[in-house]
Amino acid sequence: MSQFNFTRRGLLRGGAALGAGLAMPTIFTSQARASYLNEPTGSTVTLGFNVPQSGPYADEGADQLRAYQLAVEHLNGEGDGGMMNTFTSKALKGNGILGKKVQYVSGDTQTKSDAARASAKSMIEKDGAIMITGGSSSGVAVAVQALCQEAGVIFMAGLTHANDTTGKDRKANGFRHFFNSYMSGAALAPVLAKQYGTDRKAYYLTADYNWGYTTEQAVLESTEAMGWETVNKVLTPLAATDFSSYITPVVQSDADILVLVHYGGNMVNSLTNAVQFGLRDRMVNGKQFEIVVPLYSELMARGAGQNIKGIFGSQNWDWKLENQLGSRYIGTNAFVQSFGTKYGFPPSQAAHTGYVQALLYADAVERAGSFNPCAVVEALEGFEFDGLGNGPTLYRAEDHQCFKDVVVVKGKENPENEFDLVEIVEVTPTEQVTYPHDHPQFAGGALGTCNPGA
Amino acid sequence: MEAIILQILNGLDKGSAYALIALGLTLIFGTLGVVNFAHGALFMLGAFCAVTLSRLLSLAHVTVDPTRKDFLGNPLKVETPYVHEWFGPETGAAIIEWSVPLSILFAIPIMIVVGLAMERGLIKHFYKRPHADQILVTFGLAIVLQEIVKFYYGANPIPTPAPSAFAGSFDFGAMIGLDPGSIIYPYWRLIYFAFAAVMIAAVFAFLQFTTFGMVVRAGMADRETVGLLGINIDKRFTIMFAIAACVAGLAGVMYTPINSPNYHMGMDFLVLSFVVVVVGGMGSLGGAVLAGFLLGVLESFASMTEVLELIPGINQIIIYLVAIVVLLTRPRGLMGRKGVMEQ
Repeated sequence: MSQFNFTRRGLLRGGAALGAGLAMPTIFTSQARASYLNEPTGSTVTLGFNVPQSGPYADEGADQLRAYQLAVEHLNGEGDGGMMNTFTSKALKGNGILGKKVQYVSGDTQTKSDAARASAKSMIEKDGAIMITGGSSSGVAVAVQALCQEAGVIFMAGLTHANDTTGKDRKANGFRHFFNSYMSGAALAPVLAKQYGTDRKAYYLTADYNWGYTTEQAVLESTEAMGWETVNKVLTPLAATDFSSYITPVVQSDADILVLVHYGGNMVNSLTNAVQFGLRDRMVNGKQFEIVVPLYSELMARGAGQNIKGIFGSQNWDWKLENQLGSRYIGTNAFVQSFGTKYGFPPSQAAHTGYVQALLYADAVERAGSFNPCAVVEALEGFEFDGLGNGPTLYRAEDHQCFKDVVVVKGKENPENEFDLVEIVEVTPTEQVTYPHDHPQFAGGALGTCNPGA
Repeated sequence: MEAIILQILNGLDKGSAYALIALGLTLIFGTLGVVNFAHGALFMLGAFCAVTLSRLLSLAHVTVDPTRKDFLGNPLKVETPYVHEWFGPETGAAIIEWSVPLSILFAIPIMIVVGLAMERGLIKHFYKRPHADQILVTFGLAIVLQEIVKFYYGANPIPTPAPSAFAGSFDFGAMIGLDPGSIIYPYWRLIYFAFAAVMIAAVFAFLQFTTFGMVVRAGMADRETVGLLGINIDKRFTIMFAIAACVAGLAGVMYTPINSPNYHMGMDFLVLSFVVVVVGGMGSLGGAVLAGFLLGVLESFASMTEVLELIPGINQIIIYLVAIVVLLTRPRGLMGRKGVMEQ
């Protein structure tokens, strides 16, 4: 006859064993579910917008943030839908992403790599952001992209133009819609040769950081291939505000072109100084002296005022594209309409690239059917799309760089209003700005493999 | 030869700004004994007085022109500045164009009020505190002022051009018998240098030839004795603070056509101006002016291509290098007096 002895200790042991047994499947399931970092489990998904809200590029950051907020509205089915109506991929339904309402957190990069990394880290770890996007500097973009790769979330780069972002510092989890230094050089050189001739001597003043180096190299190689000669290259500190002492040696040299590889406040100041010193009125080697600014932005044009008139540069996008060059650039007007109605002025290229990146990410998740970064990477690699304002575009699989037309612009001589500062000179077709992914200007990097985090 | 003359000219305008800011700094230090890190912010506030006046003068009356369209295709809102309506289009346009020189009149009362408010409201509570406390509180104030300006005016530089009569440049080379076109110098920079010279002369004359200035100088030398003579030296020092604020502000107003003002411009000048004060000698007005011009010219020379080829990066450290050499060889600075900051 068996006997059951119910002791207190036995009961506790039995209870613990039963509890562990019951908990086991849950532990296994939760492990199975957390196959990637910050998997959204509730009814919402959080995106992280990491833009400069202070520092010299704060105005560009503010414009980017406006565009991201607009994108969130459109993704959640609010507002007029903007470019979701013209986008060739129809995966987005206006019900959030995979049915989850889109929320966002924003951080301040301060246009400093360490601050940008700290704010991205906080958004990933504390706020559970599944994707980070934004930035108005290549130094910041490269730093945050590396962080996102390590952490295991997707990074959709904002305004970053250095070759390095999709060159030597490219990462599997990072994607760039914005164009780059090489493309600026390739698009600008033929226009400059046509405008100013092939027998020119150029002098470079270059911002002393990664964007400056790659842009100088790109423009220099493209223009030398056209026959231009390079007289001198001088690096200028990022913190410089008065460029007069850099401008005066230009006067002393026999250069007849000054290339200002400067951005933001740097460019506004150096251009103002160059004009003050009468460079644009000079005749050298029997030719009119000219100034070139490889990377333009509407916000910079506003800062430079009168001095920008007639100066050539390149842009990723312009709000007048569809009106002036027709339906190839469909999406532009839809975005301008939606942004302009909400904020009262046309969007900048920084705003455009931010909005597009947010939409592209959401669309990739919908097509992949998952927020898993590796699934998103697969959906974006080699993705061809249209209707987002730049014409037909390819997200190249080998380096995660978008290939599309490049806009060559110049400062408008007689602006009709305060937003009409830039005139579209021509659009350089994609084929002319496409390069092999192992081009020397982009060498030394590898995407590696995607990192889902968990 | 041309390059050297040009770099001297370049150094003079930069030196003018350094000298004006450093003059105010050393004036405040000499009178109140306060190390004012918010002085750069006063320079920036002056520049934004010019921006504000230019915006006030451009305030416009909006009418809708149905025949023209804006960027969204809606009827265009046409802005006609009130000054055009009040004084006629030509005079109105001229008033707007001359907004920078007019801002001098606008900035003087504002900067005096800002100076008085700053001294009475905040800095006077720190007279007896250590210099470290003074530096912290004034630096904090500078950041606050900077952020306020950024909030209202944005972070991008705002173009504030000189009147078109002074917008161009002149051929200094041809004037002194060198090759035409070899030395081109902008008019406004020359005006800035002349303006700085007048301001510096005015401050010196005020201190040297007025009773008020004499009392202030006596107070700088021996505050206690002047107080014992029944003179309210604190009141005079407060006024000197307002004058120093005004000098920095006007330096900022006139600087706007040289470089478009942004909220950060004060900080860019502040650190260098402190080095100028230290090199010139703490509390020495003449030293501040001398060191201002000296360092301005040296900085220009260091940016010459030939110099940079010889010693790369020298342009970024020259000022600090000079400061180290001066402090090692003359610890009180070029014209520093015995006993200042040596307790």
